[in-house]
Amino acid sequence: MCCLCNTKRAMCLLTCGQSIWVCLQEIMKWNGWGYSDSKFLYNKKGQAEFTGKRYRLSGMIIPGLREWMESTFGANLQHKTPAAPILNSSAVQPPTLNEAFLKELKSTGIPFSHDAEDRVFRSHGHCLHEIFALREGKIGRVPDLVVWPNCHNDVVKIVELACKHNVCLMPYGGGTSVSSALECPPEETRSIVSLDTSQMNRILWIDEKNLTAHVEAGIVGQDLERLLNESGYCTGHEPDSMEFSSLGGWVATRASGMKKNIYGNIEDLVVHIKMVTPQGVIEKSCQGPRMSTGPDVHHFIMGSEGTLGVVTEVTMKIRPMPEYQKYGSVVFPNFEMGVACLREVARQRCAPASIRLMDNEQFKFGHALKPQVSSIFTSFLDGLKKFYITKFKGFDPNRLCVATLLFEGDREKVLQHEKQVYDIAAKFGGLAAGEDNGQRGYMLTFVIAYLRDLGMDYYVIGESFETSVPWDRVLDICRNVKARIVRECKDKGVQFPPLSTCRVTQTYDAGACVYFYFAFNYRGLSDPVHVYEQVEHAAREEILANGGSLSHHHGVGKLRKEWMRETISSVGMGMLRSVKDYVDPNNIFGNRNLL
Amino acid sequence: MASEAVYSHRDPMLKKRDDFEDILEERRNSSDLRYALKCYTPVLYKGLTPCKVSELKQMVLQSDQLGYVITQVSKEKGMTTDEVTGDAAAILEEMAQRLQLSTVRFFAFTLSKVFKTLFRSICVNEEGLQRLQQAIHNHPVVLLPSHRSYMDFLLMSYILYTYDLALPVIAAGMDFMGMKVVGEMLRMSGAFFIRRSFGGDKLYWAVFSEYVKIMLKNGYAPVEFFLEGTRSRTAKSLTPKLGLLNIVMDPFLKGEVFDISLVPVSISYERTLEEALYARELLGVPKPKESTSGLFKARKILSEDYGSIHVYFGQPVSVRSLAESRVNRSQFNLIPRHIPTRPSEEILSFVNDSAYRLVRAQEENMVLKPWVLLAFVLLQKQAAEDKQGTALDEFTEQAVWLRDLSRHYGAFLHWPDHIPPSEVVSSSLSLHRGLVRISEGRLLNQAVVILSCVSYRNQALNVFIRPALLASAIHTAASNRKQEIYNGFSFLRNMFSNEFILCPGATVQDFEEACYLLVKTGALQINQQEVLITERGHRTLAFLTSVLDPFLQGYQVVCRFLCEEDCLTEKQFIPAVRKFIIKHLLTGRLRYIEVLSSDLQKNALAALIRLGAVQKIKGYVGFTHLRVPLETTKLFSFTLFISSKNILPLLSVI
Repeated sequence: MCCLCNTKRAMCLLTCGQSIWVCLQEIMKWNGWGYSDSKFLYNKKGQAEFTGKRYRLSGMIIPGLREWMESTFGANLQHKTPAAPILNSSAVQPPTLNEAFLKELKSTGIPFSHDAEDRVFRSHGHCLHEIFALREGKIGRVPDLVVWPNCHNDVVKIVELACKHNVCLMPYGGGTSVSSALECPPEETRSIVSLDTSQMNRILWIDEKNLTAHVEAGIVGQDLERLLNESGYCTGHEPDSMEFSSLGGWVATRASGMKKNIYGNIEDLVVHIKMVTPQGVIEKSCQGPRMSTGPDVHHFIMGSEGTLGVVTEVTMKIRPMPEYQKYGSVVFPNFEMGVACLREVARQRCAPASIRLMDNEQFKFGHALKPQVSSIFTSFLDGLKKFYITKFKGFDPNRLCVATLLFEGDREKVLQHEKQVYDIAAKFGGLAAGEDNGQRGYMLTFVIAYLRDLGMDYYVIGESFETSVPWDRVLDICRNVKARIVRECKDKGVQFPPLSTCRVTQTYDAGACVYFYFAFNYRGLSDPVHVYEQVEHAAREEILANGGSLSHHHGVGKLRKEWMRETISSVGMGMLRSVKDYVDPNNIFGNRNLL
Repeated sequence: MASEAVYSHRDPMLKKRDDFEDILEERRNSSDLRYALKCYTPVLYKGLTPCKVSELKQMVLQSDQLGYVITQVSKEKGMTTDEVTGDAAAILEEMAQRLQLSTVRFFAFTLSKVFKTLFRSICVNEEGLQRLQQAIHNHPVVLLPSHRSYMDFLLMSYILYTYDLALPVIAAGMDFMGMKVVGEMLRMSGAFFIRRSFGGDKLYWAVFSEYVKIMLKNGYAPVEFFLEGTRSRTAKSLTPKLGLLNIVMDPFLKGEVFDISLVPVSISYERTLEEALYARELLGVPKPKESTSGLFKARKILSEDYGSIHVYFGQPVSVRSLAESRVNRSQFNLIPRHIPTRPSEEILSFVNDSAYRLVRAQEENMVLKPWVLLAFVLLQKQAAEDKQGTALDEFTEQAVWLRDLSRHYGAFLHWPDHIPPSEVVSSSLSLHRGLVRISEGRLLNQAVVILSCVSYRNQALNVFIRPALLASAIHTAASNRKQEIYNGFSFLRNMFSNEFILCPGATVQDFEEACYLLVKTGALQINQQEVLITERGHRTLAFLTSVLDPFLQGYQVVCRFLCEEDCLTEKQFIPAVRKFIIKHLLTGRLRYIEVLSSDLQKNALAALIRLGAVQKIKGYVGFTHLRVPLETTKLFSFTLFISSKNILPLLSVI
């Protein structure tokens, strides 16, 4: 363990007071998702179990998971593919250090490290190929140095030094990227310095008159919410990765939160941004809620994916914490009806804080993740519900699908709102299916990422990807992309039919956000990651051919760069290019994302 | 030259084809009634939402696509939308099919009786039907049979019923509706009727295309239509019509379905029912209007022997794979898909190429009977003015030679190898005894017989056309230089692209294919620069040259005719050119009676117009001297170099 971590922890404890925040690196997996103590595994009895204490599912047995995995993927408990347990430091290339830079950096007193473990931890996001390689102990190009600035001024100093000594800087926030954005460009010959913003995690002030908070950009989602909650506020920005992703990362990728219907996406939430670039610091002079001062410079920053500079401080809108929250769910006879209902909800502009529609495969998957029920009564009740829906109402269990809902606000309005949404749902054949199903649906979004690690223990690899699409295209894109995945897998020699499923996760006036999940059993394939990448590539082509966007909120990174020109036109590329050329002519922020 | 890379030489001899099964055999051994009443439970499309005929109509009338056009038309014509919707409903009423199982059963019964009297056997490839069943389950299916006879679509439905496959809905010409009872019966067996021309009628087009698309997208039933648009009177495949193909591909291109399977079906008749009828029609005796009473007169047909029918269900072609890396589907992203837009150049050329590919797939799986080859020999003899007739063994020898050649070229020949060739020849001759004894007599009678024979010979033209173009190019070229021969080939191919199925833009592939075949069979030796005819190649080349010769001379005589005319209407063209040809035939300056075929004359005119040598002005045709585009000068040199070989006296004008 590096000594820096200890000093860092001490420092964190100092700054965060009673916070449970500690050096995340120490409690997180180095080659998988999330906390080290939380993971799915098969216990001695062969039952699936989720370990740890952090989540509602933690410590529970999940009886249906094994059968689901076996029947869906043809996976088998006998065929394991365990990950390399610890990082082999000798596999990590020695750092290329820029001595002059290092010398001056030392004099500033900003903490840094060239320890192999620190560098590897910041060398990747969570794309399948990145995690797969780590599990096999394969390490590619990693940053040569990690620095931990503590505040905006530290960042200014680091960027100045980097420019002076021609060092490549790569900002690092929560490390949850799924666009290869954190991959070090292999062609980069300069020393690469990972600029970890995790120490800039303070709320600097809260302005209750204007309902804004000024926050350092390194703060991760869960801390931001928790700290604001202590004062009775929230931002309401809850991306699925909010446990680990950072405010700066949200800004840099144009993130979207689950409850955007009430609170808005990051671009709606941000009032003011401060960013350090090689040309200096960019920020607006006031905090007016809207301006007509030429193109909004914030929009050069949002989505710049670390190619222009480091976001250091952000003023964000905040809201009083909601008085009342209520989950809900609706069962539809089929996906078509479900989509029609969501469209109507969007038309009437009465979407609850969150509304998501899972297709049939995902409904079944959610079902397989039901924890063991303790009382006979609950299981009896479940049976009765199932009977009612499939036999009495005549829903085909192989076609029905579920929408999960989350309402927020004052109690009376929530109940009124709830009734309105359920009334619309009824017009599309939807049956209310209880709070419990809804709540479990949302809980699953946090644990689902852990499930990929379990799959990878048993020859199953998978990933999710997203798009946004006009309403009239939603059904077509869902059908075609899912079918394309199945066909491509077959063509590429995948032995078992893949899991190919989708859900509609956000509604807008003019369209929706669609998420695809895709996983397959790779036994018998010599290069599973390559097959996986080919299929994902084909799926993205299919998305674009069906009128979908390149990305709704994951960003472009290096993974989707090849489609940028057709997405935003050559002129659009030129515009972005010229901004980059002005702001960072020497490509100090050289992660080579986006363009 | 992107297409060049795609092309690879596959040996046509190695083409694998399925075996046939005779479906009449069972009909001769078991009850037709029981067959007609059998339990019929076809496999349906997996994504099907079952719906009734009336619901289907509602879906069409309520579709966004039609709604848009209705609003547009109501604005243009100053009518209320209700009125226009009423018009649309009336169009739909006139058009729509009313598929009914009871009618199908009726047809199953009666057709069994009819088929058994008319035909010796109806052979189908069962593997093809299995593939079709799979295709119907997975994706919406479009059936694309070749069109040689009125029988075609009844036959198709009959076979599908026999094999318990989903019955298609069939696009039929409005002329059938003239036959009152029969028209309605056809409707109830799945036919829907479209007007032959509705060029400017937006509303009609919208109703029609939406009706077809909705049936297809929902997997209501396979959609069947004839790519060639009409029955080919000459047994040569016709240049494909693109309208319907465009419509059925649209749902895929716009992402409304994952894929669509196009299934080419090749129906080959040993003798077509319409044999003599077609010949008369081509000679200018007008075709009888379809009427029920006409159908009854056709009863005398029942007493004749029409041999066997072969129906080959080809490999389903996925529209998705056709479109891959050819069509950028995101071109539809920026305009709502229900707004009708003119297809882009890219789409048009894609549909066109696909259509050619499908027609070629039909051609490739056409079963050729020995008689088809005999027709070649007979016609070439006849043209050579060999009046004594031919000794049977010499005739047989030539037929066997041609049999081997056509096999090398990949023809799907049904020549019973276990029977001595002489018997094969004589039994073929006896089936077609009505045609063989060519006697002296009036030109017209002779011409009917000749054109009937031509329609058999034509069935195998697609096998020989590319080598024949090459042979003619070699024959007319002044040197052995490959480039010069290629130029000649390219010119001829371009000239005849209205006559034969020659995919636009595939000249290089066709040239290479022809070279490959001729080299493979030892007729040619080709090196970097030169093309040389081998010792044994002369016979092949002579044969191939004479395959194309009637067409060459036909086109030349049309050219000459046009040169002598100043200006004439399109309507006058056929009678006038016919008169001109008869004159030449009588004086002996023209040897090929088949040039009297109006099909050839029309094709020649179309080609000359396409090449810019003739210009259409407000319905008039005539040579233009004003515009001399490149093509005209080429044409000029072409006629020159052909005449330099003394095939025809020099064309002096132009």
